[in-house]
Amino acid sequence: MSNVPSELQYTKEHEWVRIDGNSAVVGITEHAQRELGDVVFVELPDVGKSFEVGESFGNVESVKAVSEIYAPLSGEIIEINNEVVDSPELVNEDPYGDGWLVKFSFTTAPSGLLSADAYQEYLNDEANK
Amino acid sequence: MKQTPLNARHRALGARMVEFGGWDMPVQYAGIIAEHKATREGAGLFDISHMARFWVTGPDSERFIQLIDTFDISKTAIGQSDYGIMCYEDGGIVDDIFTYHLGPDEWMVVANAGNAEKDWAWLNQHTAGYDVVLTDRSQELAMLALQGPKAESLLAPLTNADVVNLAFHGITKATVEGAAGYISRTGYTGEDGFELFLPAGEIERIWDRLLEVGATPIGLGARDSLRFEPGLALYGHEIERDINPYEAKLGWVVKLDKGPFIGSEALQDIKANGPARTLVGLEMTGRGIARQGYPVVALDGSELGVVTTGMPSPSLGKNLAYALVKAGSLKIGAEVDVLIREKPVRASVVKTPFYKARYKK
Repeated sequence: MSNVPSELQYTKEHEWVRIDGNSAVVGITEHAQRELGDVVFVELPDVGKSFEVGESFGNVESVKAVSEIYAPLSGEIIEINNEVVDSPELVNEDPYGDGWLVKFSFTTAPSGLLSADAYQEYLNDEANK
Repeated sequence: MKQTPLNARHRALGARMVEFGGWDMPVQYAGIIAEHKATREGAGLFDISHMARFWVTGPDSERFIQLIDTFDISKTAIGQSDYGIMCYEDGGIVDDIFTYHLGPDEWMVVANAGNAEKDWAWLNQHTAGYDVVLTDRSQELAMLALQGPKAESLLAPLTNADVVNLAFHGITKATVEGAAGYISRTGYTGEDGFELFLPAGEIERIWDRLLEVGATPIGLGARDSLRFEPGLALYGHEIERDINPYEAKLGWVVKLDKGPFIGSEALQDIKANGPARTLVGLEMTGRGIARQGYPVVALDGSELGVVTTGMPSPSLGKNLAYALVKAGSLKIGAEVDVLIREKPVRASVVKTPFYKARYKK
């Protein structure tokens, strides 16, 4: 059973979103980091860049694989986690805390995100496939 | 998907399973880096039952292997084995193989899982005029690799074979925990170690016992990083249908003086003219990890070649890669760019292999 904090929102691409006013912190979920294995490289966009929902905004790499990370909402990057760039293992160690990736600002409120319950249900469905 | 006799064991150990060459295989248990280090420092246990084990028997068995193998196995004594390559007529590679000389007119050929059907067909296609019998024993015999500096001391008490004195690339009949099969001093990690060929029906018990005495289970992820560092080729990466042995720096496996074999004429020409491409080692000096298929370009942007395997090296702590580039284009120390998602990232050409194998010879 994966850790899915109830105060966060989620995508089917296994990202989490913490909305606070007009900004949103984004990372990858406990499930995603476990599937990836040891994260050895994180590539994040420059602050000031804008992305549409669903657009790839960076990459998380394990020893074996490269995984793109997709914008869970449309907005502008206002902060990136430089610590995770220097110490990619933070994504494994603390995916919902020190392993956060970027902070977006947005003008239109994001839609289509999953609640913790809905995401957990999605994980269960995937596991039973 | 096909399953090895240890499938339930992998799942019980919490392995992450992936499809590999048509098989449901463990890619990792505890994590690739931890498993890699456990093998370099202790003893790693690998389920490699997905690989193919073909028996070649009959009065023409040696002559037949000489036909399909680029290596000269006439000097491979009973109880010894050698690395070899099967080539197409044009010098492209069907597969890389290990040929084990088990007894008079009895050989075992071990080949890659993903190529098993193709190889089986290839072998059967060339038996005309040879008094040989081919038998696929991949199902009845499971295959384990026990690799690392502690492999010998873990295995010795569990077998009747004198593994301490088993020669490098040697193979002997053996019982392990009472199950009868073979043990060879071969592997794919750059460490000392063994491969075990034992009855599929008894392999769970032997797997459990090896873990109990201190071996660490290793998945395909670390199997790849362990073979990558000492520069052992992997089919689909450094070797392929459209890559010949000279390009892959495997010219030492091609014995043109042994007489004609499949591909020998083409290989003679390639050797005489020099291969068009060559394999080089790259160390990323810019920030990024080179991956298979990424283009390698000169600093002026002109094309040089392509990455065959790239990853962060767990033993060396560097981002390393092998690339197949235009022959003669790059010397040690030369700088190139690897295009990582279209972005040039600097790398320098370094000596290979990246890691010096520690075989017991």
